[in-house]
Amino acid sequence: MSATQNKTGGMHPTTTGPLSFGSVKPNQGLQNAAKKSRADIIAEISASGMKGRGGAGFPTGVKWNLAAAAQDSTKYVICNADEGEPGTFKDRVILSEYSDLVFEGMTIAGLAIGARQGIVYLRGEYSYLRPLLEAVLERRRTQELLGESILGREGFSFDITIRMGSGAYVCGEETALIESLEGQRGEPRNRPPFPVDTGYMGHPTVVNNVETLAWAACILAKGAAWFKGIGTDKSTGLKLFSISGDCERPGVYEFPMGISISELLREVGGEDAKAVQVGGASGHCVPAKSFARTLAYEDIPTGGSIIVLGPGRDMLGIARNFLEFFVEESCGQCTPCRAGTVKLLEGVELLQEGRCSMKYLRELCALGETMQLASKCGLGQSSPNAFLSIVKEFQDEIMGRTDLAAAGKE
Amino acid sequence: MSESTTFGKDVSRAPVSQRGHRVGPVDDSQAIGGQISIEMDGKTLKVPIGTTILEASKELGLRIPTLCHHEDLCVAGVCRMCVVEVEGQRTLQAACAYPITQPIKVKTHSRKVRQARRHILDLILANHYGECYACNRNNNCELQTLAKEYGVDFFRFGHPTEPMFELDTSSHSVVRDMNKCVLCRRCIRTCIDFQEVGVLEVQGRGAESKVVTFMDKPLAEVVCINCGQCINRCPTGALRANDPTDDVWAAIDDPTKHVVMQTAPSPRAGIGECFGLPPGRALTFEMNTALRQCGFDKVFDTNFTADLTIIEEGTELLLRLKKALVDKQPVAIPQFTSCSPGWVKYIEHFYPEYLAHLSSAKSPQQMFGALIKTYYAHLNKIDPKDIVCVALMPCSAKKFECNRPEMCDSGYKDIDYGLTTRELGKMISEAGINLPDLPKSDFDDPFGTATGSGVIFGATGGVMEAALRTVIELVTGKKVENFFDHAEIIPLRGFEGIRYAEIPVKEVGPVPGILKHLFEDWSWLKGATLKVAVAHGTAYAKKVMDDIRAGGKFSECHFIEFMACPGGCLGGGGQPIPTSPAIRAARAQAIYSEDRAYSVRKSHENPAVVKVYNEFLTDGPCGHLSHKLLHTHYTPRGKFIA
Amino acid sequence: MLVTEQDALRQEIKAWGDMYGRDRTALIPILQEIQRKHARISEYAMQIVADMLDIHPVEVYGVVSFYSFLDHKPKGRFVIRLCRTISCDMHDKDRVARQLQNDLGIRFGETTPDGRFTLEWANCIGMCDQGPALLVNDHVFTRVTPDKVHDILEGCRRAMGVHAQEQMQEQLV
Repeated sequence: MSATQNKTGGMHPTTTGPLSFGSVKPNQGLQNAAKKSRADIIAEISASGMKGRGGAGFPTGVKWNLAAAAQDSTKYVICNADEGEPGTFKDRVILSEYSDLVFEGMTIAGLAIGARQGIVYLRGEYSYLRPLLEAVLERRRTQELLGESILGREGFSFDITIRMGSGAYVCGEETALIESLEGQRGEPRNRPPFPVDTGYMGHPTVVNNVETLAWAACILAKGAAWFKGIGTDKSTGLKLFSISGDCERPGVYEFPMGISISELLREVGGEDAKAVQVGGASGHCVPAKSFARTLAYEDIPTGGSIIVLGPGRDMLGIARNFLEFFVEESCGQCTPCRAGTVKLLEGVELLQEGRCSMKYLRELCALGETMQLASKCGLGQSSPNAFLSIVKEFQDEIMGRTDLAAAGKE
Repeated sequence: MSESTTFGKDVSRAPVSQRGHRVGPVDDSQAIGGQISIEMDGKTLKVPIGTTILEASKELGLRIPTLCHHEDLCVAGVCRMCVVEVEGQRTLQAACAYPITQPIKVKTHSRKVRQARRHILDLILANHYGECYACNRNNNCELQTLAKEYGVDFFRFGHPTEPMFELDTSSHSVVRDMNKCVLCRRCIRTCIDFQEVGVLEVQGRGAESKVVTFMDKPLAEVVCINCGQCINRCPTGALRANDPTDDVWAAIDDPTKHVVMQTAPSPRAGIGECFGLPPGRALTFEMNTALRQCGFDKVFDTNFTADLTIIEEGTELLLRLKKALVDKQPVAIPQFTSCSPGWVKYIEHFYPEYLAHLSSAKSPQQMFGALIKTYYAHLNKIDPKDIVCVALMPCSAKKFECNRPEMCDSGYKDIDYGLTTRELGKMISEAGINLPDLPKSDFDDPFGTATGSGVIFGATGGVMEAALRTVIELVTGKKVENFFDHAEIIPLRGFEGIRYAEIPVKEVGPVPGILKHLFEDWSWLKGATLKVAVAHGTAYAKKVMDDIRAGGKFSECHFIEFMACPGGCLGGGGQPIPTSPAIRAARAQAIYSEDRAYSVRKSHENPAVVKVYNEFLTDGPCGHLSHKLLHTHYTPRGKFIA
Repeated sequence: MLVTEQDALRQEIKAWGDMYGRDRTALIPILQEIQRKHARISEYAMQIVADMLDIHPVEVYGVVSFYSFLDHKPKGRFVIRLCRTISCDMHDKDRVARQLQNDLGIRFGETTPDGRFTLEWANCIGMCDQGPALLVNDHVFTRVTPDKVHDILEGCRRAMGVHAQEQMQEQLV
């Protein structure tokens, strides 16, 4: 482990299925974009029907359009590379292998909305990727793909800097990310105003996920029709999924939107799963009886985290792990999330000890509903999801437990 | 002749998102002229674009509960008590933080909303240690009020039975009890954003969040100016003043002690609020009766030493000007006022290189103590060691001030205890007195006569106005009424954060007797223009100081009044809770009305002041004895903590 | 802290200020530099940074205490962060945790008395397909089994030896 040794030397390769990113001609999207008007670029993205790949699913074309319409001479494009959702690692793979495509997407976004500055907010846990990314940026500058008058287009100037996160899941929330960039505690802002209007340093800002930007470059390269032709009506295109847990072939897979869970499980060798956690800690737990459901914005929306839970898994243990995660990662500013996650975790402990009444469990579920409705940001609003879905789908398994009691922990 | 300035309206250093909302143009046809129609609980209203739901609800007379929201502070949106249902939105929205930019329909108390608010209260109570009947904010607590409104009759998610944190009683002024903290962050926004002092911030995140000082040190060890503005905005009992009432009672109960009370102008304008009266009704003379009933031996008026301060500070200013204009010697100008102990500590910490500018005159409170334990003790043949000086102040920083080691020029601790308005309210209640019902009675002699100039010390701009009334008359030999109607120097009044005025000296008169030992004539002042400014709230003080440092407009001023608290003393950290711009305006009204009611309204005409210079401070203003007793020195503290 | 050390730190921070700017957006990059170089952000450093950026020390402290990778307490030369989130948890991170504690003789959240190792939990480090995973500073190790813990620690100790030699050579030159 000397200084010369690769920082990823202790890491194994991530299994990936074939990814479309490999088949796109480098910088084709950017070249096409440079020939278009700003409105046409946004029209292309809008026509593709792409929604944000980070999980929230906001239509990318609409977001770009709002930022483009905002009146300000200074605007920003931010690449959200603070991939912190448990079970998600696709952005790591994209940044390791297809970072050119991401930077290309950012440059296109910059052209489309009229921003001259892009920022990659890279999570601290991925700092080993930084030298690679810096090298790619430097190369792109020498290739005149970044800087002044990109591809010879007058006034098309754009450059990208990398800023590191420092270990806070909540900074994946776009307004918390902006706060962090501004040197503040990573606490989500009130919305409205939205970043497209009042973002980084008060200027209009587009915050897009790594994958979204990569697909944006692909869409400009291959055309909106190609993207729209894949997936379902409401959920167009391809999506990367991060598969982990109890399956034979965990890794990053590309599937069309709208794939059913059972199909996906067949691909990765996880057919005997008891349940699948879709969307990570903030997502929902889907039991085997619902595996016919599809991964799409109109059914089960996800940023791509799929955790396969095998037949022997204790669902309470899963709920507990997620709640411990949220207790630790809540920013702590709003009451429902800060204090609610603690109460739900204490509830899981009661359940594990077999000491939770049905009345109190219902009380906790109602609290979960309040957290979903009244928390300030998406993190707080989704923090009870896993607990609520596990309680709903596995009530029989979690009530009246005697295992810990029998183990003398009562 | 003068100019009011709107200099530096935006002092906020809050995150962009909290400073208010930048709202884009609305193209909705219903929003003609920037007005939007909204519907709330079936009632309709037109509001300007950008109005928050909370503001609109007040227009409609609807009550939406709040906890982290405060009129003085930037938006936080963290407690979530004010959530409402906005039609078409998946989640509930915080009314305090939601700017209306398009027509919306709002439900303020639907099932979802009621359930959410109840849960939020239950969660707060699950982390709020202490019983209401053993709390100094009992009956004046926003959390308690909400619990009552929402019918909390059990602790759904538990309630702590043991304290989680130790009290921080290190400070002379402010006590912190984090067991009662609800993490609304009003204190943080007050301290960092509203006052720019920056003592408090959240440490950690999630369930570990806690409001702390730098490195969680005791308050006495960090850069705190003791202004107590955080106390005034705390919704619960997590922040309170360091309360010496037990010691004061003990002194009253001790027959060997002669307990002397002095009362500052602002508490009179505020104490009625402790007894359920609306803000703005002064109870000066009822309070005198109450103090005697409580057992104080003498009740004096701090305004007497406020007048004395004007003479000393005004003379000091004239001396500085003479040194600069006649002697052409280097001298620290502008002179800064020194009666706000919060401001004094602020400049000691943040601008120590400017301490020479601070008037060396003590504050009225401390001048009073020094005179009581010398002049008064001598007159009445009381051993000063048996005198206990108590000061009723609107201020928490006065508690620190009276404990400054240098404040012992009488040979004893000049002031023994500083009481806040709230604490006196409590003592009066404890004595079974309902203050508004009492008959009026006057102050005691010899320090009972005061002037309107002393009274207006309580409002921002008041010290400057009082000083100018005196300086103008001493220099021109003419009544100030010749220059300003009713002697009211209006440009100095109001609540603008920073105000500026220029007073040209067109004519001069003979030097009055009281200053003959210092000045031969005023000819050197003729044709000069006196430039003065007023700043209140340390955030604005910082603006002025930074401007001076940069050699800007304020560096050319001659005299600047600084008050640590917004609104001046009437908005002090010892005043009744709650506070708001409207409450402070009402208190100011009470103070200015009292000024008008005085027959003598200028400090140098105060017969008691004249008498003191004749009988005791015989070498005159800024003379030897006055320097020993009425002036002080300051400590450059800096902002680094070892 | 000795005065000379304070001066050196002040100079360093000023240099980072020149690099990243003197406004608040520079705060976190500067703190990251201090953390990297000194394995902590001392009380003194926070005040210097606050003074340079014209913010209050308590605001710097609020930021330092918010982020997991910033700390005012001294950390070891090697900070080992074991992922405890679901996929790693499902793949026996508890056994790796136990072995780390056994081999280092400390519990999570602690630093070895020699100042070499700090043991911490991490929340999802994005290696879910190959858990259990851990970070040693910014080096990643995946599919860690209890028996591999010793090798990882030895690797760190060797690296320290190499660095120590390099430093000695530098001094000699």
